[in-house]
Amino acid sequence: MSRDNPIIELRGVGKTFQSSDGEVVALKDINISIDEGDIFGVIGMSGAGKSTLVRCVNLLERPTEGSVWFDGQELTGMSPRELRNARRSISMIFQQFNLLMQSTCLKNICFPMEIAGIKAADAKKRAEELLEIVGLPDKANAYPAQLSGGQKQRIAIARALASDPKVLMCDEATSALDPTTTRSILELIKDINKRLGITAIIITHEMSVIEEICSRVAILDGGHVAEIGRVEEIFSNPQTEAAKKLVYPNGSPVTHLKSERVVRIAFNGGTSYDPLIASLAIDCGVKVNILGADTRNVGGKAFGTMLIGLPNDNDAAEKALAYIRRQKDISCEEVEYSHD
Amino acid sequence: MTELFTSPAWTEALLILKSETLTAIWETLYSTVLATAFAYLIGLPLGVLLVTGETDGIRPLPKPLMAVMNFVVNILRSVPFLILMIVAIPLTRAILGTAIGTKAMIPPLVFAAFPFVSRLVETSLRETDKGVIEAAQSMGATPFQIVYKVMLPEAKPSLISGATTAFITILGYGAMAGAIGGGGLGNLAITYGYYKFKAIIMWAAVIMIVILVQIFQSVGTRLAVKSDKRIN
Repeated sequence: MSRDNPIIELRGVGKTFQSSDGEVVALKDINISIDEGDIFGVIGMSGAGKSTLVRCVNLLERPTEGSVWFDGQELTGMSPRELRNARRSISMIFQQFNLLMQSTCLKNICFPMEIAGIKAADAKKRAEELLEIVGLPDKANAYPAQLSGGQKQRIAIARALASDPKVLMCDEATSALDPTTTRSILELIKDINKRLGITAIIITHEMSVIEEICSRVAILDGGHVAEIGRVEEIFSNPQTEAAKKLVYPNGSPVTHLKSERVVRIAFNGGTSYDPLIASLAIDCGVKVNILGADTRNVGGKAFGTMLIGLPNDNDAAEKALAYIRRQKDISCEEVEYSHD
Repeated sequence: MTELFTSPAWTEALLILKSETLTAIWETLYSTVLATAFAYLIGLPLGVLLVTGETDGIRPLPKPLMAVMNFVVNILRSVPFLILMIVAIPLTRAILGTAIGTKAMIPPLVFAAFPFVSRLVETSLRETDKGVIEAAQSMGATPFQIVYKVMLPEAKPSLISGATTAFITILGYGAMAGAIGGGGLGNLAITYGYYKFKAIIMWAAVIMIVILVQIFQSVGTRLAVKSDKRIN
């Protein structure tokens, strides 16, 4: 997993704000290194310092301690001009989209190219390609006010891609969107990551977002990194209080029903979760234990996760696993699970 | 009532209005347009600096400089226009060689209007969404690019409304300036109506000013609404 050159590296980053009633420590001793091509998640409750952290990466907020490195260069040591150039390689999308409301979609996408001094005709051509990539080729002359939230975020993504970035930072990019739209935007980000090799940094307070697309995650709590590692490791076996609170928001899972093999299922907006457990029993004759669940029913669709203990009989367990894997809108993986 | 329209006073007033009105309207428009243009030439950049130069602005300026700019704007805005016109007489004479006539109205109008314009611009630019500015910064835009490619275009409808207010205020000031040796409709109202006791001419001039204000206000409002792409 780890490569020689991380694309983004935060070394001992700290940020202290001066306010009228003293100092406020927003970030403390943050050490994060993100590999090229990765999808890295940062999760935390509100006030944990997520937004400050992401703004320290492109120095919209200047860290008061430590250094920030991008592609082998130290951003914190750059002149304003060098920093502006480097920022073109680190794009950003936002919760409130932050589009130019008085400009057409096409002009919005042309904007980063315009400020980089690219010829208007070339910029227009590239913007039209990008509209194609984000699936809105017919919205070139529409104004942002005429679009839905999901469409606005697609335009924002097209704009973010216009400068051929190496990194795409998503600051709560799906938090203002409904679950279905959230999924389609996450799909798009995943697709961009795969097709264009752009490293993505996902800032969110929603577990489901991390589960859906991230490979590594840092859990932020009170301005410091509580846990960092691969998503499945952290989610299956959270060590710290902060991590446990995020993974099991409704308290610890029931653990008295012991199983050898445990599967974590993520519901991504299928019809409902109840029939899955029932039909497992009916169609396969396999009974499973629900060890923990955090699911929500949104407009008749199921979202969230469930921990399921498979039967100790290996054949039955495999049968159940295969059955679950065949289901639409459900992703699953086997996880380490401690019975303490 | 009908006696009024056949009275010698009425006939005389009509004759004067016939020969003077067009020139007066022309002088009013000409001085207002030029004064507004010059007021924006100074007031627009000043208004931009008042916003961008703040401590948390996109290009902070030294605090003493900001204090001086704010002080100048406030002082000029608090001096009554009538006083400002008289104070400006030597300056007008130095610039134009005369302190009387339509042209001579322009320097005091600009002096009175540019601080007002800078505050209007400041208010409009403060409405710009902070997130959009942040987005532009994250793309590597320079402060200058943020001003002329983000803040000004985003504030366009509000800037148009402000310009309408400025234009009408300057038109009103111009009518006042007519009283002390300027030209235009204000001069017509004062010299004939007030000094020569021809009330009909005074009222005719006032009505024409009212009509001009109405026209410019509705044109300005329509332009502002039409240019706003957030509401269609």
